[in-house]
Amino acid sequence: MFRNQYDTDVTTWSPAGRLFQVEYAMEAVKQGSAAIGLRSKTHIVLGCVNKANSELSSHQKKIFKVDDHIGVAIAGLTADGRVLSRYMRNECINYSFTYESPLPVGRLVVQLADKAQVCTQRSWKRPYGVGLLVAGLDESGAHLYYNCPSGNYFEYQAFAIGSRSQAAKTYLERRFENFADSSRDDLVKDALMAIRETLQGETLKSSICTVAVVGVGEPFHILDLETVQQMIDAFEIVGEQEGPAAEPDAAAAADQGGSTEEGVAPMDI
Amino acid sequence: MNFMASKQPENSLLGPEADSQRTLYPYVTGTSVVALKYKDGILMAADMGGSYGSTLRYKNVERMKAIGKHSLLGASGEISDFQEILRYLDDLILYDNMWDDGNSLGPKEVHNYLTRVMYNRRNKFNPLWNSLVLGGIKNGQKYLGTVSMIGVNFEDDHVATGFGNHLARPILRQEWHENLSFEDGVKLLEKCMRVLLYRDRSAINKLQIAKITEEGMTISQPYSLKTYWEFSAFENPTQGAVGSW
Repeated sequence: MFRNQYDTDVTTWSPAGRLFQVEYAMEAVKQGSAAIGLRSKTHIVLGCVNKANSELSSHQKKIFKVDDHIGVAIAGLTADGRVLSRYMRNECINYSFTYESPLPVGRLVVQLADKAQVCTQRSWKRPYGVGLLVAGLDESGAHLYYNCPSGNYFEYQAFAIGSRSQAAKTYLERRFENFADSSRDDLVKDALMAIRETLQGETLKSSICTVAVVGVGEPFHILDLETVQQMIDAFEIVGEQEGPAAEPDAAAAADQGGSTEEGVAPMDI
Repeated sequence: MNFMASKQPENSLLGPEADSQRTLYPYVTGTSVVALKYKDGILMAADMGGSYGSTLRYKNVERMKAIGKHSLLGASGEISDFQEILRYLDDLILYDNMWDDGNSLGPKEVHNYLTRVMYNRRNKFNPLWNSLVLGGIKNGQKYLGTVSMIGVNFEDDHVATGFGNHLARPILRQEWHENLSFEDGVKLLEKCMRVLLYRDRSAINKLQIAKITEEGMTISQPYSLKTYWEFSAFENPTQGAVGSW
């Protein structure tokens, strides 16, 4: 009801205690193509759907290596994502140079969140329109974090962001309890299955998705097309038996539509 | 020709700072630090002397300090610079603790941080006049390294500063081995410190030995080494002396 009056400035509160500009930024994340992440005790896998604008163009890069032990997948305004990735790479390399030791991912994520928060409290800035799935290893093991434009961050066992991510989330919710002890290959398989969920029936092939892995003894790297295609072929057969997860269309629609009606402010969750 | 000494300092290339801002020489100095890896962690020894040139002026200077949970720092050279370094490290550890996450800076990280500090000061021609020994243990991994005032750094199973390099390291090279017991480690360090006491003019007979293990850091009460002077050559030192002139 009051949205239009209080949504021009990021520094204007609504009477209900919401910052609409920040919520709109989170909306931008939902419009981007899907990115998913899942982790076991020793490995984290990031995956994303690469949709090119036309057959003539290449697709946008959505997964970035930040350091040997940290990688990030983005959804939303990829330009903002690129800039934040550069910031993360800078922080990692400065820390490595001073301490000869990898920057703990938990600290990088806090620095990133603080950077995002600044943009929610300056009248001359706008929030970053990108959600980041940060995968990294530190002393305490494998971690997967989600950083959102509001400046909040959460740690996850598995998560999906972007358009049609609800389908992937439903798949992951069913399976996440097994992830902690999964082998690396099973984890990649689950990632590919989750990506397939977001494609809504379209055939999964390695040309439309990107998968990256980081784990103990395995520096962050993006898997090449042949490897990914092999893994897709390996389980597609099994996939016939399982069948794609049957989730109602309503769930997908609700994800894309406006969940920004008056009610629970998204960033409180 | 104007022979008046110009007030423009010769180091005008270095900017507006006056010469009094640069380190030229040390004033109150500590002598050697010796350290070695042993079974449970690191053992480090240093005497408690602070010399003022050739005067053995201060006799209660603690030249070894714990840094955070995992590290031990020993220093020789200018004592005031050591105190400055302790202040830097205090800030470093404080900010590290303020993150309040499961991560903490280990000895390797502290050592590299110190290397950066020392090297950067050296590049500004304003060094911290110390030779530092940084030892510690974290998650079972023992670490022992050293940094000099010009930023030279390396790790080893046993390290020493100053005279210790010349007198103690040869002993350690012969007699150090992996997995020394605590008692053997202390005995070995005392052997080194005794030689330094006999031969280093700035050494005093009041030392401390510090140990750092997974449990933490402990530092002994100051004590002195037994020395032997009953050599026959000392009894009548002038006996065989040839006349001076």
